[in-house]
Amino acid sequence: MSTAASVAKLMGFRPERIEDLKTAIAEACINAIEHGNKLNDGLQVGVLMNAGEDALEIKVIDDGRGMKTLPPRPDIDKKIHGEEDPRGMGMFLIQALVDEAEWVAGANGKSSYVRLVVRLDPPSFDQPSE
Amino acid sequence: MQSETKSKVDQIPSTAGHPVSVLRYEGDIASTSKDAVLGSYQALSKETVKLILLDFTKVDYINSSGIALVIQLLIEASNSGQKVAAFGLSAHFTKVFTMVGITKYAGLYPDQAAALAAL
Repeated sequence: MSTAASVAKLMGFRPERIEDLKTAIAEACINAIEHGNKLNDGLQVGVLMNAGEDALEIKVIDDGRGMKTLPPRPDIDKKIHGEEDPRGMGMFLIQALVDEAEWVAGANGKSSYVRLVVRLDPPSFDQPSE
Repeated sequence: MQSETKSKVDQIPSTAGHPVSVLRYEGDIASTSKDAVLGSYQALSKETVKLILLDFTKVDYINSSGIALVIQLLIEASNSGQKVAAFGLSAHFTKVFTMVGITKYAGLYPDQAAALAAL
């Protein structure tokens, strides 16, 4: 997480986007450990980073079968009224905090991954004053 | 590396003079923080404590499991007729709490004075 934050800082991301990225990667790693690897401490989670010119791509890889369907958006009213599990917000947060989030099932029933992309803000050009 | 969650409880009056229990958290809030987050809340009397403040000033990191613990606290508070507010969250975690809808059930304030004035 701190490595990704350092890379993002070097690329010129704003501090608030780096915080978004750190939370998204942490949630992706938690999902990989809990749901992908099913808490098997003999399995590993990999984090790959690809720094492009205008975006940072991160893949968090586990040994699970991957997601068939994405869970529904969490509903705070249902949670408060006991109609929905208080947990289950990780994937929602990931999607909300990055520019792209894609869950890919491994072809061989393992090595599934989530791919996250955060884009640099386009450069702003000040209008010349007249 | 995740740091242990600590908590302590202070009793102070609101700006209007009502008694307020302030749960002050310190460290990271994650799945291992159940005792610190929920345990400290559950030790309060549901009959006499009606106003609760959550102090996140010394919290560095909260993940979705930690947010789920806060929601569990809000569920119990809602069922017990208690009002909950929070303060001291960083700008990032204020955004995250707002995204998941916690602001519908607990007001978020920048500091203790603002929160006490609202209770």
